[in-house]
Amino acid sequence: MGGGPPLSSPPPTSRVVMTAAKRTERKEIGDVAMSLGADAGSAGIVRTKHVTFDQPGQELGLEGGGTLAPFTVAYETYGELSERRDNAILVTHALSGDAHVAGLHSANDKRPGWWDMMIGPGKGLDTDKYFVISSNVIGGCSGSTGPASENPATGRPYGTDFPIITIADMVNAQAMLLDHLGIKKLLAAVGGSMGGMQVLEWAVSHPERVHLCVPLATAARQPTQAIAFNEVGRQAIMADPDWRGGHYYGGKPPAKGLSVARMIGHITYLSDEAMQEKFGRRLRDSHDYSFTFSADFEVESYLRHQGLSFTNRFDANTYLYITRALDYFDLTRRHGSLVQAFRDVTARFLVLAFSSDWLHPPYQLKEIVTALRATHKHVSYYEVESHYGHDAFLLEREKMEGIIGAFLASGARTFALPG
Amino acid sequence: MRRIDYKLIEDLVPHGSTVLDLACGDGELLSQLIRDKGVRGSGVDVSQEAVEACVRKGLSVFHGDLDAGLADFADGSHDVVILSMSLQQLRRPRMIVREMVRVGRQAIVSFPNFAHWTPRLQLFLGGRMPVSRDLPYQWWDTPNIHLCTIKDFRALCLEEGLCIEHELYLSGVDRQPPRRAVLPNLMARLSIFAVTRC
Repeated sequence: MGGGPPLSSPPPTSRVVMTAAKRTERKEIGDVAMSLGADAGSAGIVRTKHVTFDQPGQELGLEGGGTLAPFTVAYETYGELSERRDNAILVTHALSGDAHVAGLHSANDKRPGWWDMMIGPGKGLDTDKYFVISSNVIGGCSGSTGPASENPATGRPYGTDFPIITIADMVNAQAMLLDHLGIKKLLAAVGGSMGGMQVLEWAVSHPERVHLCVPLATAARQPTQAIAFNEVGRQAIMADPDWRGGHYYGGKPPAKGLSVARMIGHITYLSDEAMQEKFGRRLRDSHDYSFTFSADFEVESYLRHQGLSFTNRFDANTYLYITRALDYFDLTRRHGSLVQAFRDVTARFLVLAFSSDWLHPPYQLKEIVTALRATHKHVSYYEVESHYGHDAFLLEREKMEGIIGAFLASGARTFALPG
Repeated sequence: MRRIDYKLIEDLVPHGSTVLDLACGDGELLSQLIRDKGVRGSGVDVSQEAVEACVRKGLSVFHGDLDAGLADFADGSHDVVILSMSLQQLRRPRMIVREMVRVGRQAIVSFPNFAHWTPRLQLFLGGRMPVSRDLPYQWWDTPNIHLCTIKDFRALCLEEGLCIEHELYLSGVDRQPPRRAVLPNLMARLSIFAVTRC
């Protein structure tokens, strides 16, 4: 999931879907972390930067066939890259996330990056020690090339002419970003949910380029139930008459469909206990039922609000493409078995599960651990006790920070640059 | 202080073997085995603090509850499985011993000997549950719920069809073992068994 507003945070301020014009405008702007008036422990004021790969040989070859070219990757960085370039940590985002993982975009920005609680001076991913990089995945709608971007063949937005992309494609685009930044090998790749899948893909596809891997609340292959929920979300979007086969740009977007998809998603990110505790059967603003279909229950109005506000910042086609990438993710497919997939892995792993996560229950993370152990890879497993469900990885700062910080610190001592 | 019981366990572990240390705590024994015997080692512990301490040391550790068994570990996946001074704290000690010889070729188990003369005397003369340096808890808050004696453990091995390869006795974690064991079930404070499936 994730990246989206966790259960306990205020509703998001509206963010517009990035257009091609906006991208160009922001392309030159911005350097990192001038800690202007930000809180102690904050990564400070950050800007999203963009790099466009448009030179010959910079095409992105896609797993499903064909190439994507040219393409742009939106990214942010926090902290300083060491002289030896040996302190880079890539943080990968979940379904609805973006490159803005920490800090604020301006001094009066009310909403920090989606994993701000973990990234900053003195935090789990300590920006006094590490150079943290986060990028928007390709296919995304927050600055990287996606279905809303201009199709060079037609001069109009791609819409559903955008190629199907996979987790491996996202990771290959990130590898090109690292080349651009002059980073040969990551100290670590860290991410939850879909971000965790990217972390696993990094270890498998680029074993020589990552030393430590921290996948959280994820799976080595998208589980059936998650495919099922994604399919319902996609059907909701495609059933919206405003979707118009995916070519709705310039007109009314399929907001209703996207909003329903987001509502379904949100349910899977919570837990029975968390919902019971936060909403119960409480009614919104009356003492009795209205005996209508309006949102009587608090949980209804919460979901409606989450759904609607999501449509202000997210593109419906991106939702289709990203959920497809999630569903296609299966490390056993290309390699026969998970053990086989991990055969060439050199990275050390810290795998984190969350007790009440029913989208990716602990057994799915243990499957990763078991497969890594089968070929004697260095792997640790930790189960965070939490009732927040899947969203726990966005909320349980205190229960994650210590162990992740410890893993990074001890792992950094064994880091060797290639060559 | 270097623990003598750890040293004795270390002597039983073949160089370069794969080792799983159950209830590994902060990973002291495991670190020692990796350093001195070049083993490929990992640990299991139920406590979050223990897991974090191990990760801090750069050890490979699995956060899990031994009372649930070792379902996450494959048959014969390790040369040696160690359970140091924790058998008596488990709900199902017999099950875990069975699991140890399933997952490992050899199991090394150390435990406090409840038939040592101190607890015997405390119970016999004082009529109260023994409290000592080795077993420092009152009966109502002790984590030691399945205490046994050296003879008891031998009997368990017999019932489980396990061959005892080594049986060592100590009069304390910091004391050298006696050269000749006289009446070990009376004189040893703790014991270390190395067993395999017969």
